[in-house]
Amino acid sequence: MAASTGTRSTVRVEGVSKVFHLRHDRSLKQLAMSAVRGKDLGNTFSALDDVSLRVHEGEAVALLGLNGSGKSTLLKLISGVMSPDSGRVLVRGRIAGLIEVGAGFHPDLTGRENVYLNAAILGMDEATTARRFDDIVAFSEIERFIDTEVKFYSSGMFLRLAFAVAVHTDPEIFLIDEILAVGDAPFQQKCLARVRELRDEGRTLVIVSHDLDMVEKLCERGVVLERGRLVADEDIHSAVGRLRT
Amino acid sequence: MVAGSPGAAGYRAGDDDLEGFAVPGRGRGLLDVLERRYLLKLLVRKELRVRYQGSFLGLLWSYVKPAVQFCVFYFALGVFLRQGDAIQDYAVYLFSGIVVINFFSETFGNATRSVVGNAPLVKKIYLPRELFPVSSAWVAAVHFLPQLVILLIGTLVSGWRPTPAQLLGGVLGFVTIALLAVGLGLFFGAVNVLFRDFENIVDLMLLVVTWTSPVLYQWSQVQQQVPGWLWEVYQLNPVTTAVELFHFAFWFGATEQGPGLPVATLPPHVLWYGLLGLAVSLVVLAVGQFTFRRLEGRFAQEL
Repeated sequence: MAASTGTRSTVRVEGVSKVFHLRHDRSLKQLAMSAVRGKDLGNTFSALDDVSLRVHEGEAVALLGLNGSGKSTLLKLISGVMSPDSGRVLVRGRIAGLIEVGAGFHPDLTGRENVYLNAAILGMDEATTARRFDDIVAFSEIERFIDTEVKFYSSGMFLRLAFAVAVHTDPEIFLIDEILAVGDAPFQQKCLARVRELRDEGRTLVIVSHDLDMVEKLCERGVVLERGRLVADEDIHSAVGRLRT
Repeated sequence: MVAGSPGAAGYRAGDDDLEGFAVPGRGRGLLDVLERRYLLKLLVRKELRVRYQGSFLGLLWSYVKPAVQFCVFYFALGVFLRQGDAIQDYAVYLFSGIVVINFFSETFGNATRSVVGNAPLVKKIYLPRELFPVSSAWVAAVHFLPQLVILLIGTLVSGWRPTPAQLLGGVLGFVTIALLAVGLGLFFGAVNVLFRDFENIVDLMLLVVTWTSPVLYQWSQVQQQVPGWLWEVYQLNPVTTAVELFHFAFWFGATEQGPGLPVATLPPHVLWYGLLGLAVSLVVLAVGQFTFRRLEGRFAQEL
């Protein structure tokens, strides 16, 4: 793990906390009513509590923990979708969040149109997308259906295409949330190979997954979260060991 | 390398250099939209494709709606209530105002719903969220264009001979109404994420807006009835200035002065008030952008 010592960090999470207000009141009327009655406007829930973390170039880090431990929230803070209540997050370089791939896909557009739209959302320009279009389609193995509307795709086809777009964008930092459960075994192997390739190119990978065998093969470092607190940051085998017991 | 100690997780000597780092998710607002024009273009195209998916008439619907609206107003107000006798070329007068109101209503209404409507994207991927209200304005502009063509045909038939100043006035009017609609759309689009009531409040505002500007009637009918200060307020409404600038551009040049003809007049200092209206729009845009940015951090968790 000391192999990349000296490389600069690309992700810095510094003393970050995030509290969610579980607010059920949605309309002004309900809000006014609860204000009059002096009712508490929902309880709070601490999703992350003073978490600090650094990730470096060419490093693959797994965020591990049980459901509700704050892994996905941390990933959303790094991607910029959410902002922390205290502390700060800094990143260097472009990010591709594979947080639920296909979020930018629209069912009424064809596969081809969705590739262009999603690539643009992930920050690619038109010329680059056009140049990589064939690779993307070839990777997804759905050539025959590329001009069909996505709503007719099976869920497997949909995820393949979405994943293919995401791994062909050119970010410095990849955030991956539980998406390697894509498709059948051969396609999964291909995805893993591609992810390794990205790592070896010196990109930063932050992976959230419950598939412990998979992360053990893919990452060298594991960060364990427990109810919003960072409890361990260590070698992947020890980190996975904590969750196996 | 320290392992297992949370405070210094992943710390390596010599990387206190903060050069090149940025806070994720903190963009530069509308400036980012300018930079990501290609994405904006694709979002607009998507919106148009999806809107007319499986529709037989497709984009023709953007002709049908204003046509019906025009006929209703023309017969109810122009013929039955005899506005047509008081205002020269009433059909052209009416339609020049209607196209402004239609563009405004579509932009403002859709922009208000745009952030909530794109919840899946807002929650999962960071992109400048201002893109959504701005793309509403572009979609509305695509619908505005055929209406403008019809307006031009109508006014040419009525003998339109525009001066350069009048054409410039038309451009000023369009810029004013576009900035106003985007500014209000940013404001209400952001607030609507927290309280969905604002969709309905905006619908009410849109119901009123046709009547608070001289679209169906003439400015002098208001001036005669209201106190001086209210008349000033009425005139400073950017929707009013845009409507009057459209009258100036597309109607006034087609009218004639002469005995026996209904009078054709514009309110005094129409261009001057046009510039004031533009200033008001810019203030609204600034307030809208400010509010949007203040609330943006809460979008992902509130949706």
